[in-house]
Amino acid sequence: MNVEWYVVLSSLLFAVGAMGILVRRSPIVILLCLELMLNAGNLALVAFSRMVGNQQGQVFAIVVMVVAACEVVVGLGLIVALFRRKLPLDVDALRELRG
Amino acid sequence: MEAVLFFAAALGALGGAIGVVALRNPFYGVLALIVHLFSLAVLFLLLESAFVAAAQVVVYAGAVMVLYAFVVAYVGGETEPAFDPIPGQRFLAPLLGAALFVELSIAVLGSSLTALSTQGPEVQAGFGDPAGIGKLLLERFLLPFEASSILLLLAAVGAVVLAGRRGEA
Repeated sequence: MNVEWYVVLSSLLFAVGAMGILVRRSPIVILLCLELMLNAGNLALVAFSRMVGNQQGQVFAIVVMVVAACEVVVGLGLIVALFRRKLPLDVDALRELRG
Repeated sequence: MEAVLFFAAALGALGGAIGVVALRNPFYGVLALIVHLFSLAVLFLLLESAFVAAAQVVVYAGAVMVLYAFVVAYVGGETEPAFDPIPGQRFLAPLLGAALFVELSIAVLGSSLTALSTQGPEVQAGFGDPAGIGKLLLERFLLPFEASSILLLLAAVGAVVLAGRRGEA
């Protein structure tokens, strides 16, 4: 398969993830959609690494995985903290900072 | 054979992604994301990056998704109500998503990268194996490697501070 197939697939997955962030209101699902977008970026990085024929893009992908793991940990910590304080798990109801 | 595998994995990845966006129950969303991640691991294998594929399955589909499953089970996977706070949101969002896809595709395919329509150069047998990646990580990319380890430590401490049980919050 040519590399462009992978790149187009990754942009499609990125668009689906962005659409999910626009549509959904549960913070957990928004975090899941963020994962979709990060993984789409990873697919593009690995595809370009194959296209160039060196492994540095794969190192980038691994660093992106680390950043994604950190984001998940902090995000889920926030969700658990929200739940403990009996706040609604709905990003439209949490609008005090909206200005 | 490679094309069959690619399209099967691409269908799995796309179906998982659409499942995450469309399923009302967050727990099913987590399961759909696991399907998505496994399909992406197959795609990584097709791109000759065995170590990234293994890390994807072990770290992502294994550890991170277990964390998600625990949190969804803890807060209760209630389905979100289907009212529409911003008028036209459900109609506009797919439109904007489609526009983003078209834009990204034009940006990539319209670039003058001639190697895009090739399979990439021939690679040796060791391309993308743990030895090569580890050598790169510990030599050329040592600074980002250490920085990401500090980032992980900070995230772990931050999560404990955020979610830990205190006397009075």
